Amino acid sequence: MNGLKLAANYLRIGIMNEFQYRANLYIQILQTFIALGTGLIGLSLVFDQVDQLGGWGKADLLAVMGVFTIMGGVIRAAIQPNMERLMDEIREGTLDYALTKPADSQLLVSVREFRLWTLVDIVVGVIVLLVALSQLNWRVDAWSVLGFLSSLVMGALMTYCFWLIITSTAFWFIRVNEIANLFEGLYAAGRWPVTIYPNWLRYGLTFLVPVAFAVTVPASALTGRLTLQTWLGALALTATLFVVARMIWRTGLKNYSGASA
Amino acid sequence: MKRYFDFYASMMRMSVLEQWQYPVANYFYMIGMLAEPVIYMVVWSAVANQQGGSVGGYTPGSLAAYYIVWTLVRQMNIAFTPYGWEWRIRQGRLSMSLMRPIHPLHEDVAFFAGWKVVMIVLWIPLALALSFFFKPDLHPTLLEGIIFFVSIWMAYLIRTITLSLLGMVTFWTTRVSALFELYFAAELIFSGRLVPLSLMPEWVQQAAWFMPFRWAFGFPIEALVSSMTVNDLFAGLGMQLAWVFFGILVVSQVWKVAIRQFSAVGG
Repeated sequence: MNGLKLAANYLRIGIMNEFQYRANLYIQILQTFIALGTGLIGLSLVFDQVDQLGGWGKADLLAVMGVFTIMGGVIRAAIQPNMERLMDEIREGTLDYALTKPADSQLLVSVREFRLWTLVDIVVGVIVLLVALSQLNWRVDAWSVLGFLSSLVMGALMTYCFWLIITSTAFWFIRVNEIANLFEGLYAAGRWPVTIYPNWLRYGLTFLVPVAFAVTVPASALTGRLTLQTWLGALALTATLFVVARMIWRTGLKNYSGASA
Repeated sequence: MKRYFDFYASMMRMSVLEQWQYPVANYFYMIGMLAEPVIYMVVWSAVANQQGGSVGGYTPGSLAAYYIVWTLVRQMNIAFTPYGWEWRIRQGRLSMSLMRPIHPLHEDVAFFAGWKVVMIVLWIPLALALSFFFKPDLHPTLLEGIIFFVSIWMAYLIRTITLSLLGMVTFWTTRVSALFELYFAAELIFSGRLVPLSLMPEWVQQAAWFMPFRWAFGFPIEALVSSMTVNDLFAGLGMQLAWVFFGILVVSQVWKVAIRQFSAVGG
């Protein structure tokens, strides 16, 4: 399988690159803990006032925060850096270098960057999640683990597709960097279960920006809230988004006329 | 005095013209920034509803008012970032500004003040949309309105001063992002950005009085949204004024020492 080998090679280069800047690891650790600290302060302020929020108890919300941190780590390690590089290259015309390589262009532009140190987020997220589960007296149960892992993978895939769609619009609109900023803002909504938002916002966070599927659904799987219906819905939406993203990428590519590189 | 006035007028005009060219980019930027207060608003409205209609003296309606005004104050809070200072010092970009017969800080203050004009115009439709969805409960008096208008510009000055001081640390060391992150975290907690300060524990509220954060953010919102006494309103304005003067003093002293550290050529 050539694609896998290609991705593995880029991953190796990415990791070697990161090892040149080891001090960044400490900065990342600090950033992760500041984000976690402010998140926990927010949670504790809410739970100073109430025992539960929209049917989610303190430990449930801690689990949501764990998943939020994990998914944030995945996005910042593997998805966002690739898409930001792609945005710049489309604008500047240097995408030529990628397109002339004998590999599937979508695969290639999606695997070139990897930020190793943001994996700190994933480690810390897993710890938070484990603390939450122990507070919930959670017992290992194959179905919920399977539901969790599969919905986490689907959530990451949907987020990737969403980013690729947005990034591909750069073929028409050229300057789309602000959209990265927009996504970061909207993603922060995932810190809380989407069920607490008013309807119009909840639908937006489910279908327009797949924050619900990226964070709330995996957390639901672990806290016994995931239904088969939701899981199947996630599967269908992942497949649809994947096809749509690929179509938009291809159409956009035909529109690309970089000639400056 | 006149040359400062002329400088500010032309710099602001330039910045308005420049930013007006990118309305879409500016809009995306603003919408991205809306997510944060909307999340806080929804969470705290849910808490207020579960508490039987109010939390820390705020009803869902006044929370909506707080966070919608928040969005304007957040726009007013945008100043040249410490990361920008880092870039400017590391790359030697500062050299150009140093050649001019005017303190480089005036350039920042004027440029961002001009940008604010564009941002406020673009903000109005967003505020109307937010008001449509979240039904704010807002009845300011004329005095509160006037104090609010003055205090958002003071808030802008205070934040420009604190961020510039933070940025100037880069004159001595270029490993500063950790410091910046800590600063922004403290700001989030003590300014009233995360939640209105009255929802915070007592000691946070007291500590916030003696820090610049609240005066650069929470105070203008409270002035407009919560019913403060006339005394409190003027005391707040006085604190802002004190921070501005104290800040200018510190900045000018630090600048004198700091600029000797600057050794970039070209730029």
